[in-house]
Amino acid sequence: MSALTFTLKTQPKQRVDMSPLVSANLTGKTTDEIAAITLQCGKQKIPVGGLFTIAGDDAQSIVINNSYDKLDFIGKELDGGSITVNGDVGAYLGMGMKSGEIKVSGNVGLYAACEMKKGTLEISGNVGDFLGAALPGNKMGMKGGTILVKGNVGERAGDHMRRGTILIEGNVGDYCGSRMTAGTIAVMGNAGRNLGYAMRRGTLLLWNKSQLPASFNDCGTHTLGFLPLLFASFKNSNSKFADASVAFNRVQRYAGDMSEMGRGEVLVRL
Amino acid sequence: MIINGVTIDATFAEAFPMKATRAIITAHNEKWAMIAAQSMTGFATSVIACGCEAGIDRILDPSETPDGRPGVAVMIFAMGGKGLAKQLETRAGQCVLTSPTSALFAGIESTIKIPLGKNLRYFGDGFQIAKVIAGKRYWRIPVMDGEFLTEATTGQVDAIGGGNFLVLAQSQEQALTACEAAIEAMNKVPNVIMPFPGGVVRSGSKVGSKYAALNASTNDAFCPTLKGATKTELSPDIESVMEIVIDGLSKEAIDKAMRAGIQAVCDLGAAKGIKRISAGNYGGKLGPFHFHLQEIMA
Repeated sequence: MSALTFTLKTQPKQRVDMSPLVSANLTGKTTDEIAAITLQCGKQKIPVGGLFTIAGDDAQSIVINNSYDKLDFIGKELDGGSITVNGDVGAYLGMGMKSGEIKVSGNVGLYAACEMKKGTLEISGNVGDFLGAALPGNKMGMKGGTILVKGNVGERAGDHMRRGTILIEGNVGDYCGSRMTAGTIAVMGNAGRNLGYAMRRGTLLLWNKSQLPASFNDCGTHTLGFLPLLFASFKNSNSKFADASVAFNRVQRYAGDMSEMGRGEVLVRL
Repeated sequence: MIINGVTIDATFAEAFPMKATRAIITAHNEKWAMIAAQSMTGFATSVIACGCEAGIDRILDPSETPDGRPGVAVMIFAMGGKGLAKQLETRAGQCVLTSPTSALFAGIESTIKIPLGKNLRYFGDGFQIAKVIAGKRYWRIPVMDGEFLTEATTGQVDAIGGGNFLVLAQSQEQALTACEAAIEAMNKVPNVIMPFPGGVVRSGSKVGSKYAALNASTNDAFCPTLKGATKTELSPDIESVMEIVIDGLSKEAIDKAMRAGIQAVCDLGAAKGIKRISAGNYGGKLGPFHFHLQEIMA
């Protein structure tokens, strides 16, 4: 069996809802049946066969080639299997995914991995705002799983995040970890303003010190025993986080946001 | 059967099903990991009055521990899962949480989980932090020397307690020397503990007593000072008897430990005053696990 491959033939001007193209929905279907599935594109419904050339038959391993930044909802509520995207991706990548793996070679839009529950998401390029966040109006963002971003991330990463791990090799925008309930966000690059704004619990792990809101209090320098375990859990990841030389266990600890519960922490490498 | 002049009795040790768990204690250095381990496994020689039997499984190299620090694996055995969980939690709370620089991790995988640090977290008075790392839940509890890191749960497994053998010697000193040699050899066997002081018990017991309040009393048949006063198991040339009790995670582990221990005793041989190896049982009617000495040494 070879990977079920969708190669984009044309780039519609309207955004495309890719949510039907997940393993659970494609398993057991013939190529013709898959080609007949319709995708919402703007106001129109377009058959998959009209947009993509379809090859392969393993619905547990999906490949999307020639992807561009208007393909939204890729891997929505994915429950098992893998999706590999060659190119850029639109908004809501891996939204609410339950298990499985998504890899993207290019850049990703807004709300990637929003309300994700489990699984792994690996993005080689940059990511827009609200990575791993809650949808507008909702109170719970990412609830589990691991997100790895090799590029930079926009604002409000981990907004309302509840559990899980976000690893960012590049920089992250303003309000990273805002309203976080728990979980871990690690940033190797620089972080923007208002880091941890209104966070209740959770850990923001920084390689470079950032300007913190006034409502974070310095708890001093510490050697923390859980950090070696945390870094050891990254050793099989395809990232700089797997490199033992970037690991540390000596940190400056800041507690906050004191305007909220104040049980969160920002740990800065010393 | 005679090995190096030592008679191996045609008898068996009778053992019982128990529940067991293993935990890994790490610390800043091996000295403090061992102090915490010894404290946690103290007063745990016999379920008769201690509530559990506990001991040190082995010393762990930093490369073998979850946090890369020196560590010690301890095992706790109890008659039931409920008692085991209570003993584990009490001992972890009073002996490991309190020990400087310590951290505590699960030491055995099982589908049955029992709390390790799950409830100790409340010591953190709301300042405790949970971290799920690689699918396992840990608690970071703020303490005065920094943070106490503990895994939330560890595994509970079926185990066997009460494997044993008796060393019958011409003198007390010779019995002790032989038992020390046996314990040294048995400490190298994984998945077993010898819960008595230094691994050796000099006050082996029988079931029952002339006093109604007691359910165990001295094993008079093996007491050398009673040779002429009771139905003795001892020949006139035996002046001292010591016992080694073994709890293990499997019959194979206890077999292996008994073989290593008895062999070490026999290596000293009759020339060093060792006359016989025997074992304690209750006629085979109480415990489902029988460890026949001659089969083990065959």
